[in-house]
Amino acid sequence: MPKELLKGNNAIAEAAIRAGLEAYFGYPITPQTELLEHMAARMPELGRAFVQAESEVAAINMVYGAACTGKRVMTTSSSPGVSLMMEGLSYIAGTEIPMVLVDVMRGGPGLGNIAPSQGDYTQMVHGGGHGDYHPIVLAPASVQEAIDLTVLAFDLAEKYRTIAVVLADGSIGQMMEPAELPPMAPLRKTLPPWAVTGEPGRPRRLLTSIYLNPDDEEITNIRLLERWMSICSQEVRFKEYYLDDAELVVVGFGTAGRVALSAVRAARAAGIKAGLFRPISLSPFPEQEIKELAANTEAILVVEMNAGQMFDDVKLAVEGLAPVEFYGRLGGVVPFPDEILAEIRRVAAGPIPGQNGHARQRWLERLSLLREGN
Amino acid sequence: MLNVLPTTSAQVVYQRPKSLTETVTHYCPGCTHGVSQRLVAEVLDEMGLREKTIGVASVGCSVFAYNYFDVDFVEAAHGRAPAMATGIKRVFPDRIVFTYQGDGDLASIGMAEVMHAAARGENITIVFINNAIYGMTGGQMAPTTLPGMRTTSSPLGRDIEMTGMPIRMAEILAKLDASSFVVRRSLHDATNIRKAKKAIRTAFEVQRQGLGFSLVELLSTCPTNWGMTPNEALSFVEGQMLPYFPLGDYKVADAVKALKI
Repeated sequence: MPKELLKGNNAIAEAAIRAGLEAYFGYPITPQTELLEHMAARMPELGRAFVQAESEVAAINMVYGAACTGKRVMTTSSSPGVSLMMEGLSYIAGTEIPMVLVDVMRGGPGLGNIAPSQGDYTQMVHGGGHGDYHPIVLAPASVQEAIDLTVLAFDLAEKYRTIAVVLADGSIGQMMEPAELPPMAPLRKTLPPWAVTGEPGRPRRLLTSIYLNPDDEEITNIRLLERWMSICSQEVRFKEYYLDDAELVVVGFGTAGRVALSAVRAARAAGIKAGLFRPISLSPFPEQEIKELAANTEAILVVEMNAGQMFDDVKLAVEGLAPVEFYGRLGGVVPFPDEILAEIRRVAAGPIPGQNGHARQRWLERLSLLREGN
Repeated sequence: MLNVLPTTSAQVVYQRPKSLTETVTHYCPGCTHGVSQRLVAEVLDEMGLREKTIGVASVGCSVFAYNYFDVDFVEAAHGRAPAMATGIKRVFPDRIVFTYQGDGDLASIGMAEVMHAAARGENITIVFINNAIYGMTGGQMAPTTLPGMRTTSSPLGRDIEMTGMPIRMAEILAKLDASSFVVRRSLHDATNIRKAKKAIRTAFEVQRQGLGFSLVELLSTCPTNWGMTPNEALSFVEGQMLPYFPLGDYKVADAVKALKI
């Protein structure tokens, strides 16, 4: 297919349709609404299911029902709406059925704003709903990657009978850039053997997340965990830039990672041996790769559009093998490459004498100086 | 061995519907859940729908509906059964999809989902068990609890100054333009049980004909949490619940009136 100038939200929607999406249920919320609007136009004309639900609570439960039939289903939302979906996500995880969720993150907490943010990292990566479960979480840094990861999300969700999340932010959803859509895939003709379909001539099927006997629930939890560990060993994804000789490794995902790449290129031009490690699968997290990087570099700088939610996971992965510094912007503010370049220069210059305390505390002090300067 | 009856004249006159599993019930003595589930199963048998039906269980005592119906089933989160049923029906429009929900599930936490399923004219059937109390959690006040009625969360009796008045769901849902068949029946005696079955039959026929949203509200007993014997509970339905929750056909769309059942 030729490249077209595509808006992120529409591109994600069309990619899902071409991946064989059979049912979409959603609720309007900025900055993902074009996704729902694209589905509203396209799904009925293809004879596929579309419902604008009365709430995100209802939307995720419509997804739950449709997913129980083994069909390809998805919903999309943005941060406050995704919070409302946590109940349904937990039930879907407990029922071990596949579905795809796209979260186009915005500033929070609360009603927040509609600017790009990465504040849902912890909510998506470390659960959100009740109970022991892990969704697959994939973070795109461009419209093209959003398309590719949306298609991949369906395959992974079905392969592992799990929830797969595309965790984008408002800028990925709203920006336009050239990208290539996949060709239209035919709808699947067969349904999985667990699907509740109301077919004659076989014993009845039941899909549920209730296991009243604790022993049965423990077995279910172990099954979920073992499946998750299998995902961890096979589905880690990331991109590396200028890492071969890097003395300073920047770690950032999604839009923050993309802005950091500009900063890393500028640092290289200035003679600083900086590189970028951009996790694509936030869950499973590339722990082993980050640990190996830490063993071979002088320092790590984590850059995010939140208060350091992934930063904590990087520190765990590093296991103390290298100092880990943090730089973030909050509440819907996107960092400029120059800000990150200044951070790279600061960290590359080595430890500042008398510098104590937690990296997050030090960052807050620098951020407050920066904001006073504004 | 002595044959009391000649085998040639023995006739089965009453048996378990095929749509029910052979399972020991967990329902309390005198609870009418068993009656309503049997009625639904008989209707599915008689209409030949057993192998094309998908049930959606809810949360509360009705959570175990999936144990009793020998049809494909899913188990919804509390109150969300109409949304889940919507998801199923939209991808399998030729299957029969029904929810089985209590009054805490449908009239409290699930109010939004049932209202909007009806407002969309969703082609599903809802069997709504109204026993005026939360059974599974041990007898708390429900949105359908009668004024003055004692529950564990209204120990001095429902105080209407503080908690308002019970919700009449059939009347409310009937007001929505897109609902097609909304009726209230009762399970307190044999005559009413037969009328309830006819209404359930009509509701499933409405769905089979693609005529839209159908709901049968069934006034039911909860002797355990009401603190009554089974017979006292049946009398309570007749004497106390019927005056507040009048039986009747609250919505019968013209297309439903034309049905021949």
